[in-house]
Amino acid sequence: MRGIEISLNQTQKIRLQRALKQLESLYLRANFNASVTVADTIPVSNEDTILKGHGTSERDGEVVATLCGVVERVNKLVYVRTLRARYKPEIGDIIVGRVVEVAQKRWKLEINFSQDAVLMLSSMNLPDGIQRRRTALDELNMRSIFEENDVVCGEVRNFQNDGGIQLQARSQKYGKLEKGQLLTIPPYLVKRQKHHFHHLEHYGVDLILGCNGFIWVGELVEARDCIEEDQLNNTEQQFTKSNTTKEMPLETRRSICQIANAIRVLSILGFNVTLEVILETIDLSRTLNLGIDEMLGPEFHVLVAEREAERRTSMTKRKG
Amino acid sequence: MEFVNPEGLRLDGRRPMEMRQLRAQIGAVAKADGSAVFEMGNTKVIAAVYGPREVQNRSQQINDQALVRCEYSMANFSTGDRRRKPKGDRRSTEISLVIRQTMEECILTNLMPRSQIDIYVQVLQADGGTRSACINAATLALADAGIPMRDLVTSCSAGFLNSTPLLDLNYVEDSAGGPDVTVGILPKVDKVTLLQMDAKLPIDTFENVMQLAVEGCKAIANYIREVLLENTKQLEYRRGL
Repeated sequence: MRGIEISLNQTQKIRLQRALKQLESLYLRANFNASVTVADTIPVSNEDTILKGHGTSERDGEVVATLCGVVERVNKLVYVRTLRARYKPEIGDIIVGRVVEVAQKRWKLEINFSQDAVLMLSSMNLPDGIQRRRTALDELNMRSIFEENDVVCGEVRNFQNDGGIQLQARSQKYGKLEKGQLLTIPPYLVKRQKHHFHHLEHYGVDLILGCNGFIWVGELVEARDCIEEDQLNNTEQQFTKSNTTKEMPLETRRSICQIANAIRVLSILGFNVTLEVILETIDLSRTLNLGIDEMLGPEFHVLVAEREAERRTSMTKRKG
Repeated sequence: MEFVNPEGLRLDGRRPMEMRQLRAQIGAVAKADGSAVFEMGNTKVIAAVYGPREVQNRSQQINDQALVRCEYSMANFSTGDRRRKPKGDRRSTEISLVIRQTMEECILTNLMPRSQIDIYVQVLQADGGTRSACINAATLALADAGIPMRDLVTSCSAGFLNSTPLLDLNYVEDSAGGPDVTVGILPKVDKVTLLQMDAKLPIDTFENVMQLAVEGCKAIANYIREVLLENTKQLEYRRGL
């Protein structure tokens, strides 16, 4: 059993257990239990034909799970949804990755997948914004766009026939991420949603919830266009990078750390990470007047768990 | 030496067909994709799985399946006398190989081409049966990492001392010099994936001893299933809808 690894005193332990119990009962009320482990048989009715999806295989005419997770049924399709596995990409996902290699006409990005993702030079906008063939000169100047260890945001474009994935960064909103924090959380905690880019003007923070569990919390970039211009200047001035390094105000830095810590707390507790939950967590810490460092203390974890239990109870009440 | 006394009890007070207490905990290494601690009595093993991830050494990349690597090590403090063991001695290379082959057999490697899976197991306390404990820990860690497998491999050892078959030998019984049969099975498929014995044993007694070990494996499998099911349930309800 995966415990939550924070040191709690006796009362905190009991409170946390109670909150988790509440979550459990809510969950069990909502849907019947369909958890399976490796090699469990998945019950299917013999009459209708079924399609075996991910995480299943056939043995002696029975459908068995090859993963630990939850059985999902969509019409005829039966598959096992894993928890705590590596990221499984889907076309159109917005992801955050880290450049591990600059190769011929491409960058290789670490994205928590079984292989490194490929971002081709031709599938991203040039800094000057002109559409043209990529020349050999562009290829030589690739490091002026992204270097090793840069954090980059992109979109899954398609699968290569060997199972690898290609990314694209063809719009202003994608590209290099600077001045902020990268957090890695288990990808099952990030749900695919309409919006993964969040501009929190109130805090002066940009939040990108990458589907691969890489989360970027950085300074609010007003409009990417001016950055693009800056980059243009950059390339002209040949690596004078400090062009955009205006001092970041202290308040923004605090907000960044606060949001990052809120996400850390949620991922330690194993709760879904969505914008509204993050904002609620921050509100909670602000109303309690907690310091940023105190957010990672045991008391706050327990409070967040209790708050989440409350939230979900009220949600189910509203539904029912 | 007397390993089973006239009352039918072994040195540590167990019956001949009794196993040591099992304890398993999932999620011991924060950075790893999957990890577990597995205890059989005083034997304690930690396992961490990384991957499937990009192959580190390009020349080892296999185009239609995943590369499985395994590293076994013993902590200096794991044995009674504290001694520094050189890394990569014969014993640990052999056990690494054994674990690798056993795990590779059950992982569906063809689903993760051009990637590699690293399994690191370390013995924290050695009290006999480290080989089986390592395999059990590795299975748990792989299941935690969400790696597709045919079945959960479990392993258990059995021996034959004082003309009695004994299940799950501890260090004293192990070093008595009698036969030590380590068996690894796929419990649902009912197949043997590992069988090791470094001694001679008449064929009919061997059958008994091996049967005993298989029973032990099945008991461990039940326990591991319970732990994994509880773990998935917890993760799922904590995540919410």
